[in-house]
Amino acid sequence: MTTATTPIRVLIGKVGLDGHDRGVKLVARALRDSGVEVIYTGLHQTPEQVVNIAIQEDVNAIGLSIHSGAHTSLFPRVLELLKTHHAEDIAVFGGGIIPSDDVGPLMETGVRALFPPGTSMSRIVEFVKGLPR
Amino acid sequence: MSGSNPLTVPECPTIPSLLKEVRTGNMRAISRAISLLETNGPERKALLEGVEPFSGHAPIIGITGYPGAGKSTVIDQLITAYRSQGKKVGVLAVDISSSLTGGAILGDRIRMQHHSLDERVYIRSMGTRGHRGGLSMATRDAIHVLDAAGYDVVLVETIGMGQEEGEIARIAQTVVDVVAPGLGDDVQAMKAGILEVAHIVVVNKADHAGAHETLQSLREWVPEVLLATATTGEGIPSLVEAITRHQQSLEVEAPISG
Ligand code: B12
Ligand SMILES: Nc1nc2c(ncn2[C@@H]2O[C@H](COP(=O)(O)OP(=O)(O)OP(=O)(O)O)[C@@H](O)[C@H]2O)c(=O)[nH]1
Ligand SMILES: [Mg+2]
Repeated sequence: MTTATTPIRVLIGKVGLDGHDRGVKLVARALRDSGVEVIYTGLHQTPEQVVNIAIQEDVNAIGLSIHSGAHTSLFPRVLELLKTHHAEDIAVFGGGIIPSDDVGPLMETGVRALFPPGTSMSRIVEFVKGLPR
Repeated sequence: MSGSNPLTVPECPTIPSLLKEVRTGNMRAISRAISLLETNGPERKALLEGVEPFSGHAPIIGITGYPGAGKSTVIDQLITAYRSQGKKVGVLAVDISSSLTGGAILGDRIRMQHHSLDERVYIRSMGTRGHRGGLSMATRDAIHVLDAAGYDVVLVETIGMGQEEGEIARIAQTVVDVVAPGLGDDVQAMKAGILEVAHIVVVNKADHAGAHETLQSLREWVPEVLLATATTGEGIPSLVEAITRHQQSLEVEAPISG
């Protein structure tokens, strides 16, 4: 039985080559302050690294930050790798610079939520707390 | 590739099937088992009974020392060293949970990223979740899981808060204390309770000024002190040797049965 006091575990990090890390750090801190155990991976992760870390850390969700324009390949790759490892139960969400035209197609591949610049931290926290456990 | 995939585990495994998968080294099963032990629910007893008979083989090396001294970077180098000996390496990295919210930022593994694609390295971050003593309540249980899963050596990073860190001495056979130059004078070194439990002290950041002075002043207090620069790997071979020597001295004292 999972007790109510068991914290949600979430991997937060940046995939791809860009170094825009202000947003992701804000998100990591906001989640920590709302009682989440945040596994922070830092910059420049590959989808393979992210998925391996997510499995080793047994996270409930993976939150990725992308400002490089490579979101259309990186998010689907992470989802695909999770599937290969039979770990589709791990929710994938994210933020950064994602043009609104790309949001629909990414959600269709299985991304649970994408948060654009200017999103309040409380919305992101609310989303994470609402994830199935 | 699913049959041989080391990460694959069935959705909702029963405890016996989970234990079976743990024993084959399946990472997802190991992770699930550790999470169940962390929640301290009714499965804990059965899980521990399932792993304990297969545990007791791996040397447990505790890595302690003040925040920022370089514990995680030293572990990164130790992983590289043990991997080059062909060993499977397990790491448990404990960070402090907020006493207000229970949340935590677990960031030790950032320093160990080279190893995240290595199938023979397992790294797990743990929040203290209110437990005192430098570790989390489930750290000892998680060691049993990794040991039973076939990891040849388990490295445990404590939160690094000095006096509060007694627990690692009861869990690890070899305790390595990582200090950075500028620790202060002898008296401070003596007062820093953690040195009491350390078998080996590493003066890390030897590329910084004052490392030799710190080394000299510590020599008077602890049997085994060495210099290292964890960011470059300098001094790590000597640390590996010192750990092996300490492990061997334990075997002479109390031979491991079986
Ligand atoms: C600050 C900034 C920089 C700083 C970054 C400093 C740092 N350490 O972060 C510096 C000056 C280094 C920089 C450099 C570059 N930048 Co710049 N940068 C910006 C700028 C102005 C603001 C970004 C920012 O920090 N915003 C504040 C944070 C809080 O917002 P945020 O990151 O968007 O995060 C929010 C959401 O996106 C979301 N979110 C973000 N991550 C995550 C993760 C999760 C899990 C969740 C749930 C939510 C979430 O939540 C946050 C809260 O609302 C943007 C323009 C803009 N208006 O966004 C350009 C921008 C991102 N940069 C851009 C570019 C092109 C570059 C450079 C390539 C420029 C160059 N030619 O050299 C370099 C690349 C450097 C590198 N190595 O990556 C482009 C990207 C274009 C694209 N992808 O289509 C932008 C959009 C500017 C533009 N309009 O062209 N940049
Ligand atoms: N110059 C120098 N920097 C080092 C050395 N070893 C570690 N560092 C740096 O010191 C900082 C802290 O290193 P960590 O390995 O995270 O230290 P830690 O003791 O694990 O820290 P906490 O887990 O936060 O207590 C990082 O920026 C490292 O890159 C070294 O030998 N020389
Ligand atoms: Mg550390």
